Amino acid sequence: MRGADYVVKRVGFAVATVLAAATINFFLFRVLPGSAVTNLAHVPGATAQLRHLLVVEFGLDRPKWEQFFIYLGQLAHGNLGVSFINQQPVTANLGGDLANTIPVVAIATVLSLVVGIVAGLLSACRRGSWLDHISTNVAIVLYAFPTQWIALTLLIFFAGALPTAGMSNPFQLQQPSLWQSMVDYLRHAILPILTLVLTLYGGNVLIVRSALLDTLGEDYVLTARAKGLSPLRIVRSHALRNAMLPITTLVTLSLGYVVAGAILVEVVFSWPGIGTALYNAVLERDYPMLQGIFLVLTISVVFFNTVADLVYFKLDPRVAR
Amino acid sequence: MEEPAPRLHARARSRLEAAARTLQRRPAMTVGALILAAFVTIAAIAPWAAPYATGHATGPVYGPPSSRHWLGLDDGGIDMLSLLLVGSRISLIVGAAATLVAIGVGGTVGVLSGYFGGAVDTLLMRVTDYFLVIPDVVLMIVVAALWGPSLPHVVLVIGLLLWTSTARIIRSQVKSLRERVYVRRARVMGAGHLRVLVKHILPQVGPLLIANTILTMAIAIFDETALDFLGLGDPNAVSWGIILEHANLRTAVTYGAWWAVIPAGVCIALVIVGCYLVGQALEDALNPRLRVSHLATRQWRLRALAGRGSEAE
Repeated sequence: MRGADYVVKRVGFAVATVLAAATINFFLFRVLPGSAVTNLAHVPGATAQLRHLLVVEFGLDRPKWEQFFIYLGQLAHGNLGVSFINQQPVTANLGGDLANTIPVVAIATVLSLVVGIVAGLLSACRRGSWLDHISTNVAIVLYAFPTQWIALTLLIFFAGALPTAGMSNPFQLQQPSLWQSMVDYLRHAILPILTLVLTLYGGNVLIVRSALLDTLGEDYVLTARAKGLSPLRIVRSHALRNAMLPITTLVTLSLGYVVAGAILVEVVFSWPGIGTALYNAVLERDYPMLQGIFLVLTISVVFFNTVADLVYFKLDPRVAR
Repeated sequence: MEEPAPRLHARARSRLEAAARTLQRRPAMTVGALILAAFVTIAAIAPWAAPYATGHATGPVYGPPSSRHWLGLDDGGIDMLSLLLVGSRISLIVGAAATLVAIGVGGTVGVLSGYFGGAVDTLLMRVTDYFLVIPDVVLMIVVAALWGPSLPHVVLVIGLLLWTSTARIIRSQVKSLRERVYVRRARVMGAGHLRVLVKHILPQVGPLLIANTILTMAIAIFDETALDFLGLGDPNAVSWGIILEHANLRTAVTYGAWWAVIPAGVCIALVIVGCYLVGQALEDALNPRLRVSHLATRQWRLRALAGRGSEAE
């Protein structure tokens, strides 16, 4: 298969996935018996007239397929409905939430990758040493602890030393300088970021280690050693370079895990991002928000997956075979 | 189509022996099995072993650990140790039940897809690809929120979204089995699909399925605590996830009540580590493809908690 075909195929799959997610969204919320929007028409104590008005208002009297196309049409125009909680358009709510979530998740992902690659590298190069044993076991244990537990434990340890909730201090100076607000933001962000790094770290170390061990066992590494190359050179230009391929895939595949971790972290630290929004939407049964968040998170995960696939293809065109 | 019986037995025995030898070289397996056995025992005897009732207060709110309450008390003045013991039941049962659902779906999809190939394979793998990409914990949260919090819902939601990696692993195994001489011979001699599947394919993938079950259980328990934590578990049940939820909602941190947080997390982590140790060891021992020389050097093949790690094989 040629390169262009591969790109078209990947992007096509991404579009199909997003469409499928939108369809699932529609069916979950509107078609299943007793589903959310149907319940809207069952306001307690409503007269038959009010009920009928509501049914017409929400278009529930139309055939399902027509509802589905109206829904898709609104979606195409970026209309995700109106939040039950604050009567704002869902898209407006989500924009603010995403802007709060992205920096934390991005910093945490990059940090956990860097630390994970370094630790995995050391572990793989010194396989069987005490360093390797300690590093691997720490990774397994960190991997096994639930994200929300790590968050709560950090909170208990650092309560008093660092702020425990929110994104900024509401009681700070009237006109904080840029520097002061940045320090304040960082002080609030440090525990959420640390939690995410710790959650992701375990998985990353184990992935990097096993990917490197695989490549270190390859014949070309043996050849390189026979040629008399220094161990540093072997690891850097032979092993690590080839190990980057499985690392790329596996790390991007854990994106769903990053999203889940971010939700739990935000709930514990009351970080006003998309995870907290999801939690509030669940608590308040705010269905339009719930639908919107599911769609936005799916689109972002699918997007990054596709980007990773294309990067992988750039690194190793053989995948298109 | 009859295999000479003694040879078959000899082969089966040598397979078992090979598996036993691999296990012997893996002390981690024993550690994991002991951890799991301990927790299963605890869950079985919990109602009798718990020092206090979990229905009503037996001491002060967030009382610290003492000689009467070894692990302190929770936000309602309920003995923490009793909660942990009783909570092990729901956590383990939900984990196991969700895993059964996941393995049932994943095993069926994997076997059908690998065995029949062609259009069935393409269709099923498209669906699997879709479920692999979608952020499953988010979908779990959405579905659980729509269905309302209850134990069966949690089991179904987790099980129905956790089958993808099982399907992939089983599919690739069945695909290679299908081409083996004895399977093809059975087909040529007139055995129906059902007979081939039951007599020749299932016995071969069975052990791998068991290893996979234990690995999946770790993820199921992890997801269950996440759903519980977000208020989507059965609010009246006692489970480790709900202990953590209460600790967060009812500000255990402000009280400095570490005993309401640490022990539940340690229990969850121990069970997950136990599942991984046993599952990985079993999979390495039973999956012949992992016994190729350089693959055998890797002690830890990781399955991302929400990803499709094992597919990298």
